[in-house]
Amino acid sequence: MMADTIWVWVELNQGKPFRGSLEVLSKAAQLGAAEAVVFGSGARAAAPTLGAYGASKVYVHDDAAYDDYMAMPAAATLGALIEQQRPALLLFATTYDGRDVAARLSPMLGSGLITDATDFSLNGGELRVSVPWGGENIVTATLVHNGTKLVLFRPKAFALEEHSGITPTVEEVQASIDPALLRARITRRVEQAAEGPGLEDAAIIVSGGRGLGKPENFSVVEALANVLGGAVGATRAVVDAGWVPYSYQVGQTGKTVKPTLYIAVGISGAIQHLAGMKGSKYIVAINRDENAPIFSAADLGVVGDALTIVPQLTEELKRRKAAGG
Amino acid sequence: MKICVCVKQIPDPNIEVSKLDPATNRLVRTGVSLVLDPGDEGGVEAALLLQEKHGGEVVAVSMGPQTAQEALRRTLAMGADGAILISDPALAGADSLGTARALAAAIGREQPDLVICATESTDGYTGMVPGGIAQLLGMPALTFAREISIDGDTCTIHRVTPTGYQVVEATLPVVITVASGAYTPRYPSMKGIMASKKKPLSVLSMADLGLNASEVGEAGAKERVVSVSKIEARAAGRVIKDDGAAAVAIADFLDQYKLL
Repeated sequence: MMADTIWVWVELNQGKPFRGSLEVLSKAAQLGAAEAVVFGSGARAAAPTLGAYGASKVYVHDDAAYDDYMAMPAAATLGALIEQQRPALLLFATTYDGRDVAARLSPMLGSGLITDATDFSLNGGELRVSVPWGGENIVTATLVHNGTKLVLFRPKAFALEEHSGITPTVEEVQASIDPALLRARITRRVEQAAEGPGLEDAAIIVSGGRGLGKPENFSVVEALANVLGGAVGATRAVVDAGWVPYSYQVGQTGKTVKPTLYIAVGISGAIQHLAGMKGSKYIVAINRDENAPIFSAADLGVVGDALTIVPQLTEELKRRKAAGG
Repeated sequence: MKICVCVKQIPDPNIEVSKLDPATNRLVRTGVSLVLDPGDEGGVEAALLLQEKHGGEVVAVSMGPQTAQEALRRTLAMGADGAILISDPALAGADSLGTARALAAAIGREQPDLVICATESTDGYTGMVPGGIAQLLGMPALTFAREISIDGDTCTIHRVTPTGYQVVEATLPVVITVASGAYTPRYPSMKGIMASKKKPLSVLSMADLGLNASEVGEAGAKERVVSVSKIEARAAGRVIKDDGAAAVAIADFLDQYKLL
């Protein structure tokens, strides 16, 4: 049986391949003949990098239209390419744009699709996809249809793995974009980058929940993150209450994080939140309620008032850092 | 302006941990408290705010068992003008593609200017249905909106991104997904609850929509669950009570594992 061809949709971020796409490509290259598909400004220049992460072939369409118009043109070009080449699988990293494109491809191709996956395997061509569900289950699912199957993976599902010595074949996609698809246009991009590391890449994350009482108290979380050089996260309840932006949200409907250290401040540990942070190496939780579910996941749990303990901790860490340095 | 807003009835996420029936691998819906998905309440709120500004009509659309009428009644009590439930035993077990096909069939008949959805449901959270509806109806999808404005036939949103937001615009009709927490839903008033009882709620079968079970129900589902296993529980560590020395204990812990 011929090896399955696995395609990975690679997203560009300011002309550079998105890390999550490279993670998926790294895994795909272990399981079969991995090929990458990349559209937008800088697509051609990205090809050598994609080879370094395991792509034996890279389909490129270096056209700026994909940068400014959402989903429709990318889905159309990708759909036509799939009809032509018929790869067994098309994998995505879960990103805002990746989700938009995948959602369109499924009805366009009549393809089944699995999202939020953390692993997959191909045994004799049989696809098995792992999806954490409901906080306490792993669902193993498959797609039962002919044609290209679509799967989206959570960030950090796979480790980056470089392959030396692969110079990928670059295939220029011959596509013309139908002007009728250029309808949802990005007219402005506004960066509101928080100081310090981003949640996805941070080795240390300090997150706050409703146990902090009121929005002003969230500053104790920020001060602790600051002294640790970590990123700031939050629960959905806090985001929904408008204390902090959506980009801070850790959990099932927010970001999945895997830092070395996760400090949960005033977080009870709803299953949806645990789903997004349980992969942290060390978890410290501070909460008033000794029955809070977060304590069942914490390496160190402290029952007490976060508004007293966290500022004390911040001062203590400052003192130790000063003494150590 | 006509706005269709997609909603779903789910097990109350504040009370229940959603469970799968081991025999069918479907969501357990009996014996649990069912509510209008809190994310969808945000979508209803966004629709009602646009209606207050621009006039027109808001129609809530759902797919689900007959009990989902309760969730639709809540949207009517919040202020929606009408509701449509797609309900058919053959729809049980539909995947995201089948769900998108059923919803698109019902919404297409309404010829709306706007379709508003939550970014994803709080129980299944695939997040693929709104984009599927957009594709099937030939509309652009403006996703992750935290602000929506309409000027003439142009719709503009602020689209949340990991590092800020994008301003995105398109000509109506469009599908919009509303980011979690962007809209704080109103509570139905007593007047709203009374009025909701007289508002139209139609129930459509697959035959009413000209849908075929091979495309939308379990028979048409492309996704199959092979097995379900428990995630290995993370072992709980040490729990201490703060007696004034907790901050030092945490700092020691961080020191011990070289986390400083």
